[in-house]
Amino acid sequence: MSEGTFENPKIVEEELDILLIGGGMACCGAGYEIMRWADAVKAETGTELRIKLVDKAAMDRSGAVAQGLSAINTYIGTEQDPADYARMVSNDLMGITRDDLAYDLGRNVDDSVHLFEEWGLPIWKTDADGVRHDGAESIKEGLPLLKDGGKPVRSGKWQIMINGESYKWIVAEAAKKALGLSRIQERVFIVHLINDKNDPSRIAGAAGFSVRDNTIYIYKAKAVLLAAGGCVNLFRPRSVGEGSGRAWYPVWNAGSTYAMAAEAGAEMTMMENRFVPARFKDGYGPVGAWFLLFKAKAVNAYGEDYMTKNKEMLNDYPPYGQAAVPASCLRNHLMLKEMKDGHGPIYMDTVTAMAKLKETLSPKEVKHLEAEAWEDFLDMCIGQCGIWVGENIEPEKKMSELMPTEPYLLGSHSGCCGIWVSGPTDLGAPTADDPEEEGVPSHLPRGWNWGYRSMTTVKGLFTAGDGVGASGHKFSSGSHTEGRLASKAMVKYAIDNKDWKPEFDETTEQIAETIYKPVRNFLAQKDYTTAIDVNPHYITPKMLQMRLQKIMDEYVAGVATYYNTNDKMLAVAEEKLEMLKEDADKMRAKDLHELLRAWENYHRILTAEAHMKHIQFREESRYPGFYYRTDKNFVDEKNWHCFVNSVYDKKSRKWTCFKRKHVDLVDKSKLFKAAAH
Amino acid sequence: MPTFVRTEKCDGCKGQDKTACMYICPHDLMKLDKDGSETGHAMKAFNQEPEQCWECYSCVKICPQGAIEARHYADIVPLGGSVQPMRGSDSIMWTIKFRNGNIKRFKFPIRTTPEGSIDPYGGKPMPKMADLTAPGVFTKEVMGGYRAGKPEELIRRK
Repeated sequence: MSEGTFENPKIVEEELDILLIGGGMACCGAGYEIMRWADAVKAETGTELRIKLVDKAAMDRSGAVAQGLSAINTYIGTEQDPADYARMVSNDLMGITRDDLAYDLGRNVDDSVHLFEEWGLPIWKTDADGVRHDGAESIKEGLPLLKDGGKPVRSGKWQIMINGESYKWIVAEAAKKALGLSRIQERVFIVHLINDKNDPSRIAGAAGFSVRDNTIYIYKAKAVLLAAGGCVNLFRPRSVGEGSGRAWYPVWNAGSTYAMAAEAGAEMTMMENRFVPARFKDGYGPVGAWFLLFKAKAVNAYGEDYMTKNKEMLNDYPPYGQAAVPASCLRNHLMLKEMKDGHGPIYMDTVTAMAKLKETLSPKEVKHLEAEAWEDFLDMCIGQCGIWVGENIEPEKKMSELMPTEPYLLGSHSGCCGIWVSGPTDLGAPTADDPEEEGVPSHLPRGWNWGYRSMTTVKGLFTAGDGVGASGHKFSSGSHTEGRLASKAMVKYAIDNKDWKPEFDETTEQIAETIYKPVRNFLAQKDYTTAIDVNPHYITPKMLQMRLQKIMDEYVAGVATYYNTNDKMLAVAEEKLEMLKEDADKMRAKDLHELLRAWENYHRILTAEAHMKHIQFREESRYPGFYYRTDKNFVDEKNWHCFVNSVYDKKSRKWTCFKRKHVDLVDKSKLFKAAAH
Repeated sequence: MPTFVRTEKCDGCKGQDKTACMYICPHDLMKLDKDGSETGHAMKAFNQEPEQCWECYSCVKICPQGAIEARHYADIVPLGGSVQPMRGSDSIMWTIKFRNGNIKRFKFPIRTTPEGSIDPYGGKPMPKMADLTAPGVFTKEVMGGYRAGKPEELIRRK
């Protein structure tokens, strides 16, 4: 077939057993694990599974780890129990997480970390004298690998330090070699999942387009792993000029995971949850190493440690306020008090911290320490260095401002929104026989397992990383692990359904027209006006995004209102989002790059709508410091110690929210001190 | 901070269809202006959407000509500073210039094995299909990373 044109794209159709959507840590983990099991299937049955990974970018630098990282935030080690990990995850997310998912991740995650080290990721080590060495030096010194008992440098209870500039490059190399280049398609953006014609609760494939040539790709598949990251820039960012790209989480995470899953009918969970990281102002540089490794304190403009000054405020939120380490949102809550009282700016007191460390260290060690502080940014947030050099900030001489960011939606970092998935069966999780809240739609499964680990409530549709909701704190290593766990189950699913053939509930033409709608809008109307961007018949993806951000910021607890909203504001947002969603049908794309942006923003709108509906449904303020419903400004353990889940009907374009019962699989009382009053 | 391409240094990756920066940019920002109609500089790359740049430096690090740098966000950062890397096979060198002229240099390791040397399944077991439903990953027995956990912690398990 001849080459496609912008007006007439070429259509490529392919039939697979397993499709992996995304190329980040989760899909790299899946790619690595899946080929070994596929080899086992081939050896034992002679069947060769048809597998493909499709990434909208290049795997070497795609996903949230593209830039690199300075730490691996989830490493359990021999000294901690997966149950301790599940407890920490639960507490940081105000008690509403799935212990089965967190525990399963906790018991498996170190395997991936050990592989990363074997592949060449430099991991810092502590020697017998307690001196720390970077990842290259520790090899020269002959210090053992983690797998052989090497001692990592802990920057926190769960974090270990790495020299991670090439983290993603290394992990991608292993995945690419495992899959082989013929099973990888880069620069194709999957935008639309397709259900099965004979069973709407089953997945049959997915479709997207190349951002490089005029080609639409349509894949039929029995099993699909949807792991395309979280959602960034659905709220108006604090910087709206050039700096709007300097989001804390990667700006290319556009909610594709959530929007596509919801449209396919998957049950979503905890979409009210968000993450508002308190980071170095404007550059969003990481604070973890400053707090944990360099022991710095955050203070208000008058030098007061607000975590101490305002600690009584933690007692308003029992039992979570009484944990040894208060939840991230509550730490924000105490910071926001200072900002609202007019005691800003908030600073990270880097000067005092560095001076204290210098008291006990040799000049050589001090120089090393300074390099470590800069590496923390250079490995994962170079933009923060850009701000420091521009403002002449040397951390030992000048303190740096902290600021809570605009909200982010994600399931792998310190957030837990995402998709409801089937969990492991050996941990005591609720089954179909256990009690459930009323109002769960009858077509949805009961209990926390329905056959395949990491499968959503849509048969054959799996997820990992930011996609898996009600867990969180998996970070890079955990997302890789989750991809591996999901891929095993997908192989099993493909074998169990080996004689089943997917049939689309849409025709090829319908799929192609849906995907190319923004191009059609542009071509049909572009000559109506003399200015390409101002036209009553279409809207640019950029303006649509700004409209979304304005609505979310002003009505759904963005920075404009200090993260406050209420039932009335949500009702306004609901109406405005409805119209925005209608207008999304009129998005234009003047080229393939803009078609990419058009679809990203469509995914953002659906994600934002889910977020808004969940906040509206949950009549309390579960995450003080991340958002407040001022009409229900309390944590209500009696009525809302439960999951909020939802399903979306793509035909009526309506959401249905409902409760799911929360159950503890590990004892949470170990977390809490006795209540102070 | 948008990245920018130095006109005199960029060679458009010698007339190939795609440049290295186009290949790598996670957000599809870098574009080759083949006929110069968009920038006035034919066969050179440019950042087509600077306000969407995450400053991940993937393009800066990969450019074979060292033609890409970053000018930190004009809406946030005072002019005059620069942060420029040179990425080798096992380490990366950074030159950091402050607005006031101070300069710092750092070198960090990035990798302990040669690029391209990973043998993904070398020394790894071949699993059995029967284990597809067992907990854990296929390298569980050899990588020393499986943490079984104390059974008494699981309060509902029968």
